[in-house]
Amino acid sequence: MAEPLTELRGTAVPILRDNIDTDTISPGSAPPWRKSATFGERGSATLADDLFANWRYTGEGRLIESFPLNEPRYQGARFLITGANFGCGSSRESAVWMLAAWGIRCVIAPSFAEIFSANCFANGLLPVVLANDLVSELADEASSAGGAFELDLAQRSLRRPSGRDITFHIPEYRRQGLMRGLDDIAQTLNDLAAIQKFVATGRRQFPWIYRRAAW
Amino acid sequence: MSAKTLFDKIWDRHVIKDLGDGFSLIFVDRHMVNDMAGRGFLTLNKRGLPVAHPEFTFAAADHTVATLEARKASAKPDDNPYAVNLRDNSRQHGFRLFDLDDPDFGIIHVISAEQALALPGTTIACGDSHTCTLGALGAIAWGLGQSDIVHILATQTSVQRKPLNMRINVTGRLAPDVSAKDLILALAAELGVAGCVGHAVEFAGDAIRRMSMDERFTICNMAVEMGARFGLISPDDVTFDYLRGRPSAPDADAWDAAVADWRSLATDATAAFDAERTLDASRVEPQVSWGINPGQTIGISATIPSLSGQLTGSALATYETAVDYSGLVPGAPIAGTPIDIVFIGSCNNARLSDLRVAARVVEGRRVASGVRAWVSPGSERVRREAEAEGLDQIFMSAGFGWGHSGCSMCAGAGDQMREIGASGQRIASTTNRNFVGRQGPGTRTHLLSPAMAAAAAIAGRIVDVRSLEAIGG
Ligand code: SF4
Repeated sequence: MAEPLTELRGTAVPILRDNIDTDTISPGSAPPWRKSATFGERGSATLADDLFANWRYTGEGRLIESFPLNEPRYQGARFLITGANFGCGSSRESAVWMLAAWGIRCVIAPSFAEIFSANCFANGLLPVVLANDLVSELADEASSAGGAFELDLAQRSLRRPSGRDITFHIPEYRRQGLMRGLDDIAQTLNDLAAIQKFVATGRRQFPWIYRRAAW
Repeated sequence: MSAKTLFDKIWDRHVIKDLGDGFSLIFVDRHMVNDMAGRGFLTLNKRGLPVAHPEFTFAAADHTVATLEARKASAKPDDNPYAVNLRDNSRQHGFRLFDLDDPDFGIIHVISAEQALALPGTTIACGDSHTCTLGALGAIAWGLGQSDIVHILATQTSVQRKPLNMRINVTGRLAPDVSAKDLILALAAELGVAGCVGHAVEFAGDAIRRMSMDERFTICNMAVEMGARFGLISPDDVTFDYLRGRPSAPDADAWDAAVADWRSLATDATAAFDAERTLDASRVEPQVSWGINPGQTIGISATIPSLSGQLTGSALATYETAVDYSGLVPGAPIAGTPIDIVFIGSCNNARLSDLRVAARVVEGRRVASGVRAWVSPGSERVRREAEAEGLDQIFMSAGFGWGHSGCSMCAGAGDQMREIGASGQRIASTTNRNFVGRQGPGTRTHLLSPAMAAAAAIAGRIVDVRSLEAIGG
C-alpha cells in the first residue's frame, strides 16, 4: 500500500529524451563493477544508486558529471521531466521503485507506456501527461531558472517556479487512489462473492477453461 | 446485438465489476508466474494471504535459468535463488511449477501455448510485457508489474482500464525468405515504438490469415514494442488445428462446443475500430534494427538514417543517443556491419519452425571465425523436437552452440550472460528488444529474423540472407 499523495513541492530534474525504456531506468544486467547487484531484491540505497546506472556511470563506475541525475543542483529533486513514451519496454516495477528510492514522486512527460504508468500508481507516484511543447518549456524552466514546482492533486494543478499554474487531466479512479493511498487488494477482497460466482458460472458455461484439472 | 471486436467480446465476458471512469475489475483465467515475481510473493506472504486460485496459476523460472553448459549447475536447488524461491512458493501455495528439470520447461510464453494453458477467449496475465504473445490464440493477454501480480495472486482478478481498439490490416503476400519477424519489425519502424499506445491491436488481413501459429506468435509478441499492451488475432482453423490434442486443450467431449464458441469470438465483419492501419506485406524486405529501440529498424538494402537536420528536442536527443551508442555512421549501409555474437532464441523467435529455417541456412556451412553463435530453443519440448530432426547436429557442425531453453541472452539476466557480451560487441539477435545494455552492459543488439541471424553467423557480418549463395558464405 502506497503512501498517500496530495501535495508535493520540490525541484525538477529534466532528462529530455523520447522512448526511455525501463531497461535504461532499471538495468537488468548489473554493470560489471557492481557484481553483487542482480535483478529483483535490492535495498533502497542500492535501488537509488542503480537508477539509470548505464547513463550515470562510466564502464569503470565513475560518475558521469554531465548526466542530470549527477548534477549537484538536481539533488533532492521530487519531479522528473522527460520525453514521450517514458517507461516503455519491460514490465519491471523496479523502474518505479528506483525512481522512488532516488526521491522522484511525480514524472511529467508527453506520454507514458501503459505498464509503467500502472506501476507508478501502484507505488504512489504520479505520472502527469502534458503537451509536448509545454513539457519542453517546463524542462527549460527547470534547467535555466531552477526553483520549486508545486503539485496540488486535489486541484489537479501544477505550479511552476515562475508562478503560473497548469491544470492536468488524471482519471478520477487513479486520483482517488493516490490521494487515499488506496489498497486495491483490500478493496477487491470485498468482492469475493462476485468473483466466486464468476468462477461457478464459468465452470458451467466454459468447462474447458474453468474445470478443476489435475495439471 | 451490435457488431463487436474480438477484444471487446472477451473483455465483456470477464468484467466482474465496473469501477467507473473506464476501469473494471477483470477476472484472470490464467496467471503465469516467472522468477521475477519473488518480491510479489514476499508481499503476499507478509500479508498472510493465500494464492486465491492455484489451479489457474502456473510458473516457470525462465529468466534466470542458465542455458549454456552451466545449466546442470543452476538446476541444483542452491545455485539459483530465484528458482529456489519460486519452487518454495509453488509448494507453499500449491500451483503448478514447470521446474528446471521438467521436460515441459521453457520460456513461459512459449510453454503457455504449447501446453494449451492459453486458449481462445481467455484472459492471461503475467509479470512480463511479452505476455501479449499469447493474444495470437485469440486471447486477451497482457503484462504487468509486481503490484498487479500480488493483486492477481490474492484475488485472481486485475483492475484494468479498457483500451481502445486498433486494427492493423496486413495485405498482400510476403516475398520468399521474408518472415513474420521482418513484417513486425517493418511495422514497428513504420508506426514507431509509441504508435499503438492506449490500444489493443488486432492483426488482421490476408497475410496474417496465411500465417502458421508460430508466425502469429512472433507477430503478437512485438505488439508491446509498438506501445500496445495487447496484441491479438481472431481465432480460425489454424488456431484450432494448433490446439487440438495439446495437454490442456479441451477434452474430446468438450472440443466441438469449445470450437463453436471460439469461432463466435472472431471480430464481426462490421465491427468498428477506433483506429486502423494498413501495411502491404509484399513491400517488406528482410529487416535489421540499427538503433536502441525496435522502431529504429531499416530494410537490409537501406542506409543508417541521417535525421539530425529533421528532428528537434527530445526526439533529436534520442536519435543522437542511438547513433552514438550504435557506433554506426548515418548514410552508411547496414549490410556489411561486422558482428561478434549471434543469438537465436527468445519467446519471439525460437520455436521449431524458426530453428528449421535457421538450420537450413547454416547447413553445410561454418560460422565465421571470431563469431560466437548459439541457439537456445524456446522450450525443452522444442529442443527435443529439433533434436529428433537432427537440427542440433546441423547447428553444432556449423560451429553453433546448442543450449537449453530459457530467456538466455535475450534479457542478459541469466547468470552466465553478463560475462558473454562485452561492452561494444555487436549481437545479431532473433529477440525483440535492442535497448541500451539489454543483452549486457555496452552491447549493441541488431534485431532480425532467424534466417538473417543464421546468415550473419556464416558471413560474420550483417548480410541479406537472400545473397548468401552469391557471396559464397
Ligand atoms: S525471452 Fe526475452 S522477451 Fe521473452 S520473456 Fe524472456 S526475457 Fe522476456
